[in-house]
Amino acid sequence: MLQIKNLTKVYEGGVQALTDVSFEVPEGQFLAVIGLSGSGKSTLLRCINRLVDPTSGQILWNGEDITAATPDEMRRIRRRIGMVFQHFNLVHRSKVITNVLAGRLGYTNPAWSLMNRFPKEDVDKAIQQLERVGIADKAENRADELSGGQQQRVGIARALMQDPQMILADEPVASLDPVLAHSIMKHLEEINKTDKVTVLCSLHFLDLVHRYADRVIALNEGRVVFEGSPKEIDDKKFKDIYGRDAERVG
Amino acid sequence: MQKNNKPSILKSLRLGAIVLLVMVVLAYGFEITQVDLTELRSETRINSLVRVTRALARPELIEYDQQEEIINAPIHVPCPVGGGQVKGEVPNTQQPYLVLTPSCGNPGDTIQVEGYNFSPNTEGPLRFIPGNDPGNTVSLGRDIVETDQTGHFIANLVLPDRLSDDNQYIRATLRRNVGSPHLTQTAKDTWDKIVETVFLALLATIAGTIFAVPLSFLAARNLMKPVRNSVTNIALTVIGWPVGMAIGYLAVQFVSNVTAPIAANLAVIIASVVVTPFIVVYGVRWALPERDIRTPPLWLRLVRGVVMILVVLASIFGLLQLAALVANIGNALSGVLGPFAFLGNFLFQISEILRVLTPALGALAAGGALGSFFGGIGQRSSERLPVTTVKILNLLLMSVAGALVLGLLGALVEWLYQIDRPLYTLWIPMAVGGGLGLFLAITTKARDTLPTGMVIYTITRTLLNGLRSIEALVMAIVFVIAVGIGPFAGVLALGLHTIVSLGKLYSEQVESIMPGPLEAIEATGANRLQTIIYGVVPQIVPPYISYTMYRWDINVRMSTIIGFVGGGGIGFLLQQNINLLNYRAASAQMLAIAVVVASMDYISSMLRERYV
Ligand SMILES: Nc1ncnc2c1ncn2[C@@H]1O[C@H](COP(=O)(O)OP(=O)(O)O)[C@@H](O)[C@H]1O
Ligand SMILES: [Mg+2]
Repeated sequence: MLQIKNLTKVYEGGVQALTDVSFEVPEGQFLAVIGLSGSGKSTLLRCINRLVDPTSGQILWNGEDITAATPDEMRRIRRRIGMVFQHFNLVHRSKVITNVLAGRLGYTNPAWSLMNRFPKEDVDKAIQQLERVGIADKAENRADELSGGQQQRVGIARALMQDPQMILADEPVASLDPVLAHSIMKHLEEINKTDKVTVLCSLHFLDLVHRYADRVIALNEGRVVFEGSPKEIDDKKFKDIYGRDAERVG
Repeated sequence: MQKNNKPSILKSLRLGAIVLLVMVVLAYGFEITQVDLTELRSETRINSLVRVTRALARPELIEYDQQEEIINAPIHVPCPVGGGQVKGEVPNTQQPYLVLTPSCGNPGDTIQVEGYNFSPNTEGPLRFIPGNDPGNTVSLGRDIVETDQTGHFIANLVLPDRLSDDNQYIRATLRRNVGSPHLTQTAKDTWDKIVETVFLALLATIAGTIFAVPLSFLAARNLMKPVRNSVTNIALTVIGWPVGMAIGYLAVQFVSNVTAPIAANLAVIIASVVVTPFIVVYGVRWALPERDIRTPPLWLRLVRGVVMILVVLASIFGLLQLAALVANIGNALSGVLGPFAFLGNFLFQISEILRVLTPALGALAAGGALGSFFGGIGQRSSERLPVTTVKILNLLLMSVAGALVLGLLGALVEWLYQIDRPLYTLWIPMAVGGGLGLFLAITTKARDTLPTGMVIYTITRTLLNGLRSIEALVMAIVFVIAVGIGPFAGVLALGLHTIVSLGKLYSEQVESIMPGPLEAIEATGANRLQTIIYGVVPQIVPPYISYTMYRWDINVRMSTIIGFVGGGGIGFLLQQNINLLNYRAASAQMLAIAVVVASMDYISSMLRERYV
């Protein structure tokens, strides 16, 4: 159970990215976060694993206060939270397998990382994850030799290496074409269903939301303007979320 | 378009004023840089220019062995009283001989010298051997003669102002190249020095790179900005470092003293060099488990800590033994290797470096270990303990840390200047430091974090920028004063300059890496070290290699001239020869420099193309 309580984030320049955001995500839910760009979706997701430090408010995960965690505790919390990014965020010049193994760093003794070593079990595990997302044959390629869809699968494999209880996906399909988008979303769905991993996924297209999400949170200028099942988004709600001039497409 | 080009008095005036200003600036520049083209046109300048250019065109690289035929013919200056021809040995006409007509005269008289039976096509000078000073030879001006195919020559010469009643001589020294051409001494010296030059550049580049890499991380804003530490952490880290360094240094002394008796035995040395690595590897494997799944119990952590300390002591021992072994091998080798004795010497030097470095390494390792261990304790106490306790701890520890830092600085000043007044160099600095630390602890909240990263960043940046603005040549002068004339001073100067300029260039590369992968790796729970190794390093390897090559290029260039100020390398030879007006030798060295610089440039651009 993830509980967000009165979360507010003001960036250094004075931009109010989130204002008093509160909601709860039960274990194993697939939650979509929607909103215009600039509405605070990325900020919200990054506050959950403290890539961004919230200005005020509380984030409780299984009763533990993430906002009050010390650096050591944070390392332990983060390694159970996988993250998938819009621009994949792979290390281009490293091999695919190394990128996947990086997902294991939270469990690896830093002294071993200094020697660029991973335990044998982790290397095997990395191959398994690559098989799971269907690109085991690319393990030895450099990450930037892969297409966008393949890179995102590496990103998912990296998150899976963490044995995550929760995955934060920040517009994971926004830089992919629609066909690929579905294949990536299906991987997330599969992980959500088989491994019972909670997924928080920010999305642009409503049809994806309808197709994959159990529940939706909509943000507008950093405030929650809608919370409920995807089916409940009617034309009025749609205009609340995306503004008066928005037109429904698809 | 049209509007902008509208003629206006004001514009023209402004143009006129600008031209005038430029003229004034140029004129002043000519004045102070003493540009004087008439100097270039003067006869003596042109003559010496021609001479120098011709010498430069004939670098002194190859020469022949020469065979000389030296023949004397007696002459009287002035003619003996009573006149007539001089009685001398009658020349042997089977051998080369000289005929002088007349065979006596007054200073200033012109006489004819004819040579017979010399080797054909040889050349050499005619000289005058004064009677009262037979060791001397007097040059007679334009006195080079050449023989024809039959070995005959005719020349006129003017008798010098050397009056003597003794027999005096005219000497013909005709020389002929024999055998195959071979390298001159100059060429050999030049080769030696050019090798020295290249290695000077190589050492400076390697040493510079090794130090520049860690510095560049400290000077990168994007890496340092997020680093903040609690006051307690900072205080304990500051205390931990020097204490740890002292302990490390003492540990090395202790180990080397304890093991000195057994270290003399070669069998023991070999055994320990072979065994220690295993002990170290297995010790480290056990004490640092690969995985970090859950925090182990306290007793296990303590045991692991003890094992790590033992491992460190064992590796110090191993290093010392290795140094001894290498020194032995080096000594043995240099006896039997003959021309490759330098390999033995190299090993010996390596062992010396090991011996010198081991205490430093031990001190640094222990300092780092204790610093971060204390820092960790500090971090945890400031998170866990009640606020008032933390506050009191901060007050105490910060005063101690401040006193320690300024006390050490004072000790350094004392050591440098030998003031010998502990009140000023020790007690007052310690009091001030303690006061500053106390002030810092009072003005911050108990659990506040301070931007240590930015402080370190600012200090590093300032140092880099400051040192970078000092030319390598100037640094060389300073080091020549410090360690004496020679290539070592050059290595130090170039090395230091390489550290600071590469540090700056590298850090700019770190600052321009893509933040995305970094964020992704941080999100997996990786700590800072891991984030740098897996997120930063792969991104900066290509630019680092390319900057290192570029610097290598610069260092080769610099090392060719650093000898001008005594920094070793070929510049020293070049400058000497220029000062001695020995332009043909200087030309050989300039040629060598050109060849080396051009080929290094080519190699490095080739490597850069291939690997970057
Ligand atoms: N690092 C930052 N510093 C300052 N402002 C930021 C930063 N990141 C995002 N913002 C601002 O915060 C607001 C929310 O941004 P973001 O969370 O990225 O929205 P979304 O992901 O929905 O597009 C925007 O106005 C954006 O300009
Ligand atoms: Mg975003």
